[in-house]
Amino acid sequence: MEEPHPGAQSPGSGSNSSGAEGSSSGESGSSSSGGEAEAPSSPGPGERQAADGHEGRPSKAARSAGGLAAAYAMMEDCLLKKIEISVAEAEKRTGRNAMNMQETYTAYLVETRAVDSQGEGQCSPPDSLWRRYSEFELLRNFLLVNYPHLIVPPLPEKRAEFVWHKLSADNMDPDFVERRRIGLENFLLRVASHPVLCREKIFNAFLTQEAGWKEMVNETGFQMKADSRLKALNATFRVKNPDKRFTELKHYSDELQAVISHLLRVRARVADRLYGVYKVHGNYGRVFSEWSAIEKEMGDGLQSAGHHMDVYAASIDDILEEEEHYADQLKEYLFYAEALRTVCKKHELLQYELETAAQDLASKKQQCEELATGTVKTFSLKGMTSKLFGQETPEQREAKIKVLEEQIHEGEEELKAKNLESRDFMKSAWVDIERFKEQKNHDLKEALISYAVMQISMCKKGIQVWTNAKECFSKM
Amino acid sequence: MEPEGGDVAGDSTGLLLLDLYDDEDLEVFSKDASLTEINSFSPLMPTSPSSMINQYKFEDEPESKDLFITVDDPESHVTAIETFITYRVVTKTTRGEFDSSEYEVRRRYQDFLWLKGRLEEAHPTLIIPPLPEKFIMKGVVERFNDKFIETRKKALHKFLNRIADHPTLTFNEDFKIFLTAQAWELSSHKKQGPGLFSRMGQTVKAVASSMRGGAVKNRPEVFSEMIEYVDIFSQKISLLDKISHRVHKEEKDYLYEMKEFGPIHTLWSASEEDLVDTLKGLAGCIDQCCKATEKRMTALSESLFPAIQEYLLYSEILMGVLKRRDQIQAELDAKIDAVYNKKIENELLSEEIGKLEDKVECANNALQADWDRWKQSMRVDLKMAFSDVAENNIHYYEQCLATWESFLTSQATSDISLEEQSEDQT
Repeated sequence: MEEPHPGAQSPGSGSNSSGAEGSSSGESGSSSSGGEAEAPSSPGPGERQAADGHEGRPSKAARSAGGLAAAYAMMEDCLLKKIEISVAEAEKRTGRNAMNMQETYTAYLVETRAVDSQGEGQCSPPDSLWRRYSEFELLRNFLLVNYPHLIVPPLPEKRAEFVWHKLSADNMDPDFVERRRIGLENFLLRVASHPVLCREKIFNAFLTQEAGWKEMVNETGFQMKADSRLKALNATFRVKNPDKRFTELKHYSDELQAVISHLLRVRARVADRLYGVYKVHGNYGRVFSEWSAIEKEMGDGLQSAGHHMDVYAASIDDILEEEEHYADQLKEYLFYAEALRTVCKKHELLQYELETAAQDLASKKQQCEELATGTVKTFSLKGMTSKLFGQETPEQREAKIKVLEEQIHEGEEELKAKNLESRDFMKSAWVDIERFKEQKNHDLKEALISYAVMQISMCKKGIQVWTNAKECFSKM
Repeated sequence: MEPEGGDVAGDSTGLLLLDLYDDEDLEVFSKDASLTEINSFSPLMPTSPSSMINQYKFEDEPESKDLFITVDDPESHVTAIETFITYRVVTKTTRGEFDSSEYEVRRRYQDFLWLKGRLEEAHPTLIIPPLPEKFIMKGVVERFNDKFIETRKKALHKFLNRIADHPTLTFNEDFKIFLTAQAWELSSHKKQGPGLFSRMGQTVKAVASSMRGGAVKNRPEVFSEMIEYVDIFSQKISLLDKISHRVHKEEKDYLYEMKEFGPIHTLWSASEEDLVDTLKGLAGCIDQCCKATEKRMTALSESLFPAIQEYLLYSEILMGVLKRRDQIQAELDAKIDAVYNKKIENELLSEEIGKLEDKVECANNALQADWDRWKQSMRVDLKMAFSDVAENNIHYYEQCLATWESFLTSQATSDISLEEQSEDQT
């Protein structure tokens, strides 16, 4: 796998990260090409959590997709080989915001621990610090600005979307907070398992330096770049010759967004309906119990059958909670699609700038030629005025040609640079895109299969309960 | 919703009707045909050896049954005045009192109503089986849609068979005529005895309440207990009716959404080269589960709904029977009061009172025995209905399970790590 080239990095943060990248490209080049084909032996937290989930318990720490991905990505050299990362807790806090108004927010405990090289129990206690969601956002924005050629992993959603009616859309709801905790951990694992992003100093500081981190980020001056970047990306412009691959990729990201959105919407409705089916059966429980009171022989059978109806009705809660984790896995790729789109847009922007530069150069060259040869090939105001008011003196013309020649020379340099920039961007972006594609295929397949696994579990529970109920009915 | 009056008995532990026939006074309720004639107010019928075989069996066993009835083939008839449906009633029998061994007649709902009315009149304190509802509920536009007709047909079939299985009612003369007479014969016979089918105007609860009011003074405890039982039973059955329909509705809504859910995966597969198999496979599984859900719903409506509906109607009938028993007793009580108060013509009155006392005793005994019989059949019927529901649900989940498991297997063959995952789950 080719090491991504930091060609398109902006100079502001370049001093830190390119330095880091420059020094590490050597080592990672060797280790990543090494035959690390086997699955990693040291259990990352994500993996451990994934294992818990497989045991069938409705574990709240289950199925961190980043963990699974991290396992997969451990073939590349990355931070996760050296440290374990987890978002261990979430805590409600009250404080004063910038306007000195009281606010309630949730803080998340980020723990890091050095990985024991033998893969045995970790003896060293974890380092930890508290971060809130806005700091995660700041980190991500920083990465977006400074690594425009990379598909930056997404954060979990800010507000709960695609909810089915039982789930509260309240940010303070404990279930939502829990799922967000997992999502944030997932985000960190994804970044830490990315061969380039994991080396970013600001990211490492995020994990280890609680105080002063925000100031550190702001000192990089990325905010200015962030604003101009946003403007540029949102502007509409027509590109004449975009790279076909990127056009297709943009189209793909649109399709992916659309289909996953649709899937999540309908899934939420299905969950809602399924909830209804199960809960209604609880009524049987109550009525059987009441009915059993007036029956002599049938009483016992009815009573115990009623109990099983209650069990059936209650079982849906755990089933749907597990399904939420599945939905979260899909949501991650919904947001990833947006990141993908962003990279494509960046390519379009670079291509547009390139085309504009080329066009400017071409027109300047033409002007120069016209002045030099004295012929006016195309209509121009200058041509007209010179015809009307007489031509310029040879000295004037010479001066103009000189200026244009300088401009042309500059333009050629700029065009070369732009070309290089664009090519480098495409090259490094495409490496990350290929990496992303493999990760995506792997993760989505796992997720889809986990859906089947959940359905199997649900069916088995159903068979159990109704078999019990049937036995009770037979004793009526 | 606490049951009133403590543990309501009313059903005995006796499983076989035979147990009740020890007492001579109860002989009217034995299956011995010669005695049932007296009570069914019908002309003497010669007992046939084959009908005697049925005496001691409660559960219907094909070998001992001698009267087989089917109701089928609904047909629409249009006249100038009205449109109505007739049903074909086929009877096969070995009984001697029937001239032939096979009959085929056509009957309309009105005719069934007539029969029920006649049976009620003849046996005021026997539990006559319920007829399906006269009117379609809940604003169905078309008066006769296929589903309605099909449900009604099955209920009518049950109605006749329940009568055939009843130790007393099976020998009723009107019943025989109903099964055998040609249309014009039946019409003329109907004119002789119109047979008014009475429905209670009030709810079971309201009637129970009014009966509790103490209209009848010396009601035997056992019948008061029955009233309490029926009151609560009807409430619970009514609730079960609502619940089962609600379950059906929820399943229907779920199915609707699932039908949209599956195809999205197929759509998605169009843009994912590497996930085509997985996505299409998943879509296929969801589709299979949809089919299984449809089957589940159909089974629910076919096994549980009619059973609950029948017993819902039965509760009304039971309350009606209890009320009629009360009325018969009230007659006696009134006469006794008259003697007590007026002291006129003792001799005549005492004879009347004697007759009324007999009447009350017969009514009580008839009801008591039929009650026990009813309790037994209720237990069997509802037990079977709910067992069927459980069985259907098991079958539903087994089908879905098989679908998903085979999907996993197909995926596992293409990826080793997935095999480990599916193994963990088993």
